[in-house]
Amino acid sequence: MKKAARGSLLGIEHLQRDEILGLLRAARRMNPQRPRPLLRGKRIILLFYEPSTRTRSSFEIAAKTLGGITVLVQSSGSSIEKGESLLDTGYTLRAVGADAIVIRHPNAGAPHLLAANLDIPVINAGDGMHEHPSQALLDAYTILTHKKRFAGLKVAIIGDIYHSRVARSACHLLSKFGVAITLCGSPEFVPELAASIAHGVRVTRSLEDAIQGVDVIMLLRVQKERLAGKNIGLDDYITRYQMTPERLKLAKRDAIVMHPGPIIRGLELTGEVADCPQSVIVEEVASGVPVRMAILARAMGKA
Amino acid sequence: MSGIDAPMDVLLADGQVVEIASPKKIRGGADTTFDARGLVVAPGFIDLHVHLREPGQSYKETIASGTAAAAAGGFTSVCCMPNTAPVVDSAEWVKWLQRPERGAVVNVFPVAAATVHSTGEQLNDFKGLKQAGAVAVSDDGKPILQDHIMRDALRMAAEQDLPVIQHAEDTRLTGLCSMNNGPTAFRLGLRGMPAAAEADIVERDVRLSGDTGGRLHVAHVSTTDALKAIRRGKRARTRVTSEVTPHHFTLIDESVGEYDSNHKMNPPLRSAADLEAIVAALADGTIDAIATDHAPHALHEKQMEFERAPFGITGLETALGLAITQLHAGRKIPLTRIVELFTAGPARVVELKGRGTLARGSYADVTIFDPKKHWTFEANKSRSKSRNTPFDGWKLTGKVTAAIVGGRFAYRAD
Repeated sequence: MKKAARGSLLGIEHLQRDEILGLLRAARRMNPQRPRPLLRGKRIILLFYEPSTRTRSSFEIAAKTLGGITVLVQSSGSSIEKGESLLDTGYTLRAVGADAIVIRHPNAGAPHLLAANLDIPVINAGDGMHEHPSQALLDAYTILTHKKRFAGLKVAIIGDIYHSRVARSACHLLSKFGVAITLCGSPEFVPELAASIAHGVRVTRSLEDAIQGVDVIMLLRVQKERLAGKNIGLDDYITRYQMTPERLKLAKRDAIVMHPGPIIRGLELTGEVADCPQSVIVEEVASGVPVRMAILARAMGKA
Repeated sequence: MSGIDAPMDVLLADGQVVEIASPKKIRGGADTTFDARGLVVAPGFIDLHVHLREPGQSYKETIASGTAAAAAGGFTSVCCMPNTAPVVDSAEWVKWLQRPERGAVVNVFPVAAATVHSTGEQLNDFKGLKQAGAVAVSDDGKPILQDHIMRDALRMAAEQDLPVIQHAEDTRLTGLCSMNNGPTAFRLGLRGMPAAAEADIVERDVRLSGDTGGRLHVAHVSTTDALKAIRRGKRARTRVTSEVTPHHFTLIDESVGEYDSNHKMNPPLRSAADLEAIVAALADGTIDAIATDHAPHALHEKQMEFERAPFGITGLETALGLAITQLHAGRKIPLTRIVELFTAGPARVVELKGRGTLARGSYADVTIFDPKKHWTFEANKSRSKSRNTPFDGWKLTGKVTAAIVGGRFAYRAD
């Protein structure tokens, strides 16, 4: 396979620390309130094979704030519905003049396939269970708003790790900076081999063990349909893994609570935790815009 | 095999091996001579497991193109799997595969579907299939999951003295999976097939084979535990045989890299520990044959999202080179054992009388190869219609010089 075009962002795993820090620094310089014409005239295609609120709207706002032209292509209402292959869709979008493609796709590796066959940057906006690099970067951005540095931090990620691209990208990113990561959940959601994802990652079944003394708690959405037929039921999940104000006290006093959204109050966390001063869930969403501005500027060679 | 490892002269005539003797001992002359000094002259190779894609999928491969690739790989006989469109589950289709107008340049021995449409529900007429020329029955690509169907298949096949070839995969454990379960699958966000999905079925089948006396052949074994079950079966004198593919003794799941669909096949590439177990089983006789599972697919089918791309890779032209490079040069398995795995071993599995040997009176199927030749495999020069191989550009040791089928050259290297 050919190499992806310069400026592509397919995942966190193969990024160097410098590249990550460069993107985070560029994001600090971006101000969503103050448009800069870095992408003037550039056509950014948002190719979404899956529903999305946060990622799609923030990529679109990021592109437009930088003067780019965005076109949304979704699987329904396009030729994809008629059976056009991913590559043919990619060639078509290239032919109409796309300068970059932001892709969200239910299959792991779909952005890699596109990138290996196109000469324009491809940005992964979430591929199956694999990676969600822009989410990991905005989470890192949010963490660094509250913590001085990554080194020495302890992070607990709780929930359905197995199905989560957010968790995989977060593990890769935080691990590169020496963060101690604890993955917590039932064996169905956190298989033992999850610890092999990156250096410094461990697995525990006990929520109390996971969050004892941590600096950051990252919660993941629980998809009810995935609990069906598993050994663990919904009530059981809530009993063992729901983040409550009492459990939050086990973490450091200045610990922050994160969640990539959409949250389900009363399931993976209580309403009190979602709205408490330590919760940075809304702030994460806001961070998405400058971080994605930086990602797009880098894609066009402007950052 | 012939059991001969010495310089010899071989005289072929009328499609048979007429004489095999020490140099210059054969009296009289021959119309054509082939100087094989420094080369290995072996019985014609037999591939127990190929997909020739006819009927119905000639855009991937035809019997003509697939057997041309086979000849270039040194195979003078191939057993073709029935998962075509339609499935080869009738005597008519078995005969159709063998007609001269198919253009085969090597011997084609059909494997017929074990059950109607290979749906695993109702057994086919094994007697009729055998009379039409089928050498085995299999629902390859799909396993026969139900215990009583597999039991009946083994029993009925035993009556016809046919082996049942099983693609051992408990598909109840592998839904939506596209590679081996392990750290690589987890990292790539791909659902992984557990090793137990293979081993569980092999264990059951070995037990059923013992119960019924039916001949079981385990296709493309890929896991340590499945090999253990086969070894136990062989010790207990159960009629079980097995094959391994070159890719399973060469590559591991990590080789998938960043979603290279030319590393996607079923069974999937397994762990490094499984590869070690396979190499040991090849050496110790647990495995009877090297079979390619040659599975051609068109470029547009493989250039898909990894999870959506079809399983399978081509393999006919790289099998010998990989065997010599990986097993002989790499692991010191004797060349005679490797030749056995390509000849006498597979001939025994499907009981091809007079093949897999150069004994006087056997078929004039001969494979001549240079075990020391270094070469580079180039997929774009393949005789197969498809190019879906992970070995494009690989440097290999050991190359086929000629393949003779029924006394005629089916392939001669330039």
